[in-house]
Amino acid sequence: MDHPADLQPAPAAIAHAPTVRQQLFEFVLQLADTSLVLGHRLSEWCGHGPVLEQDLAMANIALDLLGETRSLYQYAAVLEGQGRTEDDLAYLRPATAYRNPLLVEQPNGDFAHTVVRQFLFDNYHYHLLLALKDSPDAPLAGIAEKSVKEAAYHLKWSSEWLIRLGDGTAESRQRLDKALATLWRYAAELTTPTATEAALQDLGLVPDYGALAPAMQAHAAHVLAEATVPTPQFAPFAQRGGKGGQHSEHLGYLLAELQYMQRAYPGLTW
Amino acid sequence: MTNWGPNNKSIMSQSEWPLWEVFIRSKQGLDHKHVGSLHAADATMAVQNARDVYTRRLEGVSIWVVESTHIHASNPDEAAEFFDPAADKVYRHPTFYTVPDSIKHM
Repeated sequence: MDHPADLQPAPAAIAHAPTVRQQLFEFVLQLADTSLVLGHRLSEWCGHGPVLEQDLAMANIALDLLGETRSLYQYAAVLEGQGRTEDDLAYLRPATAYRNPLLVEQPNGDFAHTVVRQFLFDNYHYHLLLALKDSPDAPLAGIAEKSVKEAAYHLKWSSEWLIRLGDGTAESRQRLDKALATLWRYAAELTTPTATEAALQDLGLVPDYGALAPAMQAHAAHVLAEATVPTPQFAPFAQRGGKGGQHSEHLGYLLAELQYMQRAYPGLTW
Repeated sequence: MTNWGPNNKSIMSQSEWPLWEVFIRSKQGLDHKHVGSLHAADATMAVQNARDVYTRRLEGVSIWVVESTHIHASNPDEAAEFFDPAADKVYRHPTFYTVPDSIKHM
């Protein structure tokens, strides 16, 4: 597959020590898996959106995430240096090898469910990219710089919808409350560093998640207040494990559909 | 009556979101041009929907939206009296002047 020149990762990470390079590979793979899985979930809405305009909006966001995914997988492939391509990484790894947090693999549910999942992810994603674009790792900083504008719009979209569902009708509020009660417990995993992330944070290659928290919390508090919804508390039984490869049952079904063509017809191109 | 969103207090009395007309400026210095219409619950959502529906292929640098009910149009039945009288008044076009050679782009 040919790629536009501006998507080719600069192999600056070759300068890194082998262990750092391996850690960076795992981190970039985690980000790529996350945006691929969420992008796929959003693409499931295509043709099924509540109104035409939102059908398009969700497909747009899905495509933005897929674009970011490709850049990340391409860079991950360079970091790994084993000859695997972006397609190999996306299509030929089992669910246990995927490193996305549990939040993004959760099923779409109703529109409120999708909006809450998107809001929790966007609030994290936007603030992460905003900090990541100053990373001393040039390819990662470049990908973040390109994607942060898209993420800013995604956050605007999901924030505005959360406000409208919360401050809308009795039914929209009831659906929003249910989605918040179901999904809020998945948010903590996003900013809980794995051992790999912690090591990269110590090296200054990845932003300290604790430093992102005030801006994330301030934005969430503002949006929830506008939506007239009380801030849910992080549940003590917070759900996590996806970043370590322990997934909910949903991911297997998602990957079965996502990977079907390459599994059924290995090496298929068109 | 229910309240839908922060900007409009009356919309949910209708079962459909109101219609909005969308105007896009394709680049700096040009006019906003009408490109189509869409449904949205309020102005903020209308601008966002316009961004998603009409500017995905770099069509614009600025978006205006106007609720369609605020557009007042001429009546097609009156087209004859409105527009036909101008047809035989060529002297209203500034085409009887000689433009000097040094003036370009007229």
